[in-house]
Amino acid sequence: MFSLILRRLGSVLLVMLVVAGLSFLIFNYLGDPVNNILGVNATIEEREELRRTLGLDQPSHIQFWHFLQRAVAGDFGISYRNRIPVIELILSRLPATVELVFCATIVALSIGIPMGVYCALRPKGLISRILQMISLVGISIPQFLIGMLLILIFSVELRWLSAFGRGEVVQLGWWSTGLLTHSGRMALIMPVITLAVFQISMIMRLVQGEMQEVMRADFIKFARARGLTDRSVHLRHALRNSLLPVVTVVGMQIGSLIAFAIVCEAVFQWPGLGLLILQAIEFADFPVMAAYLALVGFGFAMINLTVDMTYLFIDPRMRRK
Amino acid sequence: MTSVQIFLHRFYDSDLFWKFRKTPAAVIAAAVLLVMVVCAVAAPLLAPHTPFDPGTLNLMDSRLPPAWLEGGTITYPLGTDEQGRDVLSTIFYGMRISLAVGVAAVLLSVVIGVTLGLIAGWFGGWVDAVIMRMGDVQLSFPTIMIAFFIDGITKAVMPTDLRELTRFYVVILAIGLADWVQFARTVRAATMIEKNKDYTAAARLSRVSTMRIVFTHVLPNTLGPVIILATLGLGVAILTEAILSFLGLGMPPTQPSLGALIRVGNDLLLSGEWWISMFPGLALVLLVLSVNIFGDWLRDALNPRLK
Repeated sequence: MFSLILRRLGSVLLVMLVVAGLSFLIFNYLGDPVNNILGVNATIEEREELRRTLGLDQPSHIQFWHFLQRAVAGDFGISYRNRIPVIELILSRLPATVELVFCATIVALSIGIPMGVYCALRPKGLISRILQMISLVGISIPQFLIGMLLILIFSVELRWLSAFGRGEVVQLGWWSTGLLTHSGRMALIMPVITLAVFQISMIMRLVQGEMQEVMRADFIKFARARGLTDRSVHLRHALRNSLLPVVTVVGMQIGSLIAFAIVCEAVFQWPGLGLLILQAIEFADFPVMAAYLALVGFGFAMINLTVDMTYLFIDPRMRRK
Repeated sequence: MTSVQIFLHRFYDSDLFWKFRKTPAAVIAAAVLLVMVVCAVAAPLLAPHTPFDPGTLNLMDSRLPPAWLEGGTITYPLGTDEQGRDVLSTIFYGMRISLAVGVAAVLLSVVIGVTLGLIAGWFGGWVDAVIMRMGDVQLSFPTIMIAFFIDGITKAVMPTDLRELTRFYVVILAIGLADWVQFARTVRAATMIEKNKDYTAAARLSRVSTMRIVFTHVLPNTLGPVIILATLGLGVAILTEAILSFLGLGMPPTQPSLGALIRVGNDLLLSGEWWISMFPGLALVLLVLSVNIFGDWLRDALNPRLK
């Protein structure tokens, strides 16, 4: 078990190193740190001076080491476009994306798992067939189209919900939340549905597949032979054992939710990290791109690590190895 | 009988075709797909208008609703966009680009993945370790994220005029590079099995060169699952391209794929001109859905274990 944890940590480190390397390349070689600080009108002497003070005359590996030290301390330079430190920009946008992804995950799990269980128990039923058909459409329809349909129905036709922004937000220290105001919660509805539809379909299909597999196992027959109620057999024996692969996939899905949040934020003009990176690409704002890549890479590595640890925690077989 | 006839006859009698005929969903999906591919490939012949020839456009005809709504005309069955382009015709041309990018991107992933998978599986050792570690690192990111970054950074780096010329290829490259790992993994596993079979030993004894053994003898035996993965990957690739274009990264409005058409229509959604974005959207969903249904069926019919 200990060697397993070490191996996982090793692969997380590898991922982080690759990501940091790419981020360094973007920051140092695609962007121009000297122009970034002095502007284009500086003299050659000023440039050389700054180049020395920033350590840009040193060999690449030493520069990379300094980049890593600054990155760990949260220093990613100054945004070309907004002229404020990148880390402030990211921290001001982070809460919006985290709240969106968090709510979408909760919604997806609380709808997807019951639907999957139902379809696994009555695979031939009419409702199951309809749910399966819907889930197939759910994984084939692109997120932005769902968002646009919702805007068309609820904002343009019915005029119930606002199509843009987060509504009113409340500041809790540096964290800004939309969950505490009415307009903030209303603004969450459409983006969360947009993000959750794909996840619901995915989780439903997965839970159903796994559970049908587990229902054929011998220990289910034994449980029935022991005279346990259907409820106990289905939920305590079958569902618990079919949730293992679901944990992995949910972890991966949270990762892809961060990616798909970019699309969702573009549709609803949601002021999160996704809009930030889209604007950064539009204006070739390399420090922001480098910081975003590093942050997202770190996020994915942590999610993967958590998934592996969860596995270790809930699957006794993994511990014995 | 000619060889073509023999081939058709054998195909008609095959198990695969029998299973196909017995699955209505697969037949419908294949039919829809066929119609869409024909419309896309023959767009210059079939499209009622030539939407990308500015000489034929009439700004007086812009933003017309579909024919069955008040103010619509039969000349433009699905209405027109803000430049007066016929929506139905732009969809035909858009599908052409979406399909071309999707197919090319999947082919690129297959070529990269199969080559690396063969090398990793055949040579093993540190070559294998390096390639598969690379794959692991890449797999910890979603495909769409990788494609997004490749496309985004290229966009930020390239000067505008060069970018306009190369966009088509950049999108293919971005999606193709993002999705090779699954092919490499499958082919690597199959190669490691084939490597120890008698026929490769026989080939080696007959002094057949390593390259030749790998590419003409081992390769064909590893391709079964690749075909299934590639079909399912096509749906993902088309969707990825649509997402990139929707975000303003993929194809430009002057050479629009379905995603780029939806992006253009999105700006007009709030003023109520839904047909400009929703019909291309519908075409996109139909395309991806029929690819997915057909791919699912192919997987179940050829190799249920992959499920």
